[in-house]
Amino acid sequence: MVTYNLIGAGLIVIGAGLGLGQIGGKAMEGIARQPEAAGKIQTAMIIVAALLEGLAFGALFLGK
Amino acid sequence: MEVLLNDFSPGLFIVQTILLLGLIFLMVKFAWKPILNSLNEREAGIEEALAAADKARTDMQNLQADNEKMLQEARAEREGMLKEAREIKEKMIADSKEQAKIEGDKMLKQAQSAIESEKKAAVADIKSQVAELSVAIAEKVLKEDLSSNDKQLKLVDSMLSDIKLN
Amino acid sequence: MMQVSNTIKTLLQLLILCFSLQSFAVSDTVPEGAVSSKEQVDEYILHHLKDSHDFHLFSYTADSGERKHVGFPLPVILWSSNGLATFMSSEFHHDDNGRVIVEKNGSKFVKLHSKIYELDAGASSVNFDEEHHATNAHKVLDFSITKSVVGVLLVGLLMLLAFSSLAKQYGKKKIPTGFGRVLEPLVLYVRDEIARPNIGEKHYRKFTGYLLTVFFFIWVLNLLGLTPFGFNVTGQIAVTACLAIFTLIIYTVSGNKDYWMHILWMPGVPVFVKPILAIIELAGAFIIKPFSLLVRLFANISAGHIVVMSLIAIMFTLKESLGVAGATGLSLVLSFFITLIEVLVAFLQAYIFTALSALFIGMAVAEHDHDHEHDDSGHEVADTEDVRADFI
Repeated sequence: MVTYNLIGAGLIVIGAGLGLGQIGGKAMEGIARQPEAAGKIQTAMIIVAALLEGLAFGALFLGK
Repeated sequence: MEVLLNDFSPGLFIVQTILLLGLIFLMVKFAWKPILNSLNEREAGIEEALAAADKARTDMQNLQADNEKMLQEARAEREGMLKEAREIKEKMIADSKEQAKIEGDKMLKQAQSAIESEKKAAVADIKSQVAELSVAIAEKVLKEDLSSNDKQLKLVDSMLSDIKLN
Repeated sequence: MMQVSNTIKTLLQLLILCFSLQSFAVSDTVPEGAVSSKEQVDEYILHHLKDSHDFHLFSYTADSGERKHVGFPLPVILWSSNGLATFMSSEFHHDDNGRVIVEKNGSKFVKLHSKIYELDAGASSVNFDEEHHATNAHKVLDFSITKSVVGVLLVGLLMLLAFSSLAKQYGKKKIPTGFGRVLEPLVLYVRDEIARPNIGEKHYRKFTGYLLTVFFFIWVLNLLGLTPFGFNVTGQIAVTACLAIFTLIIYTVSGNKDYWMHILWMPGVPVFVKPILAIIELAGAFIIKPFSLLVRLFANISAGHIVVMSLIAIMFTLKESLGVAGATGLSLVLSFFITLIEVLVAFLQAYIFTALSALFIGMAVAEHDHDHEHDDSGHEVADTEDVRADFI
């Protein structure tokens, strides 16, 4: 039972990590393309990352 | 989920709700409202001052533009006047030149015609005198005895010296 | 300024008083509480993450071999089956395993894993099952002034003092001086970077007070959690749940017609899809949004505390393999940098909680003056205007 939970947690972390990587990478690209919009991109990035984080935490705690 | 529910303390939740409600109420009443009001007031003041400065600047620009315009107008007027004067001057000079030329031509013509008529008169006079002289010479020649060549020549000389070519 | 310095003086006096209150040393049969093995570190961290009924500052082992705890007790207020019961937490004598029984108002109370249980009638001691759950006791409604409540009260008081003094300054002059000069940009930041862009120019004024309160409340409590006093208020699920439910209530109450329309009867989709979407939207609005808010804050702060404390515990756990100096050095370097990151996280979590609250409120009060496009599956295609409205 505990093992399954840990596998699930690992899967969640992999998924969340991929998502966060996408968000961060795309934000970096965006900032590189338009450095003057860096502030807005950062804000949007943080909010999207937070939404993803909430999802991941929710899933983690549901399994715990 | 079980762990979460087990950690959840309803008592703390209720206490926190009451405290947070109180805190929000007190903060809004004693802190946020006055702070935000004065911040808004200050921002409005700054905006107003900026707008006023902007307006003053545009007024100033308008004034400057007006001045510039007036100056330009004056300059244009002056230039126009100068041009006009120059034209008038040139016209006058040309006119007077023309007049003088016409006058001169006229005088020249008059003089020429006068000279012509004088000449004609003189020629006529000469003609008549020559005729008279020749007649007189002939008369004298005929009256004297033209015995010798010398006498003849003397006579011609004396006659010629009598003739005063005037 | 006078007021602030007076407050600081009072707080210092209070602190000195706390240290002098080290009266209630207890002698345990086993020198419990000394942390050196891995299991004890785990236990200690888990214990720290929970709320506690007394304000414990530090413990040491006296020359006589006694374990002494320094701190001060806090009042316990319980609503038991026999009515209200109040006593000081010192009556539990630092017991956390249900051994010490306190009798008040005809009820017997024990403290077990930082929670207070009432023994069932007739029981004289706690019986445990194999998973160490009490079988003959039940939880009571616990209104105690716990450590977290002390933290909340402390932060509330500090906020009130700091910001009301800032508010008073504006009466006299246009630009604040001293500490107010630090606070004013923060207030402006929350108003201009969080409230205004997320809620919209038209409605933001109504909600700015709530957002400001929540922002500073969470931020200061997060920072307080990084101090050695060991507060873990924003890591209490009850506290974050309360904050999330406040946000939920606010955006539910202030939702306009369009908001409810989009939840209950989504326009522009086939009729048979509408009820399904309504269920999804209702779950999103009433469960997922607040749940993600409360879990995010709780988990981030708890995780931060666990990581910092685990890194500090390297000192003990790696003593054998690295030597005392090596383990201590590694622990200090790692925990120093993680603490720096935690300072950032403290701000970030306060920002995110406030920004998402503002975003949810903004969704509820947004006026749709333009038609949305809908794609084939019935989902609203967010047009550029929406995206801009959400993220500017």
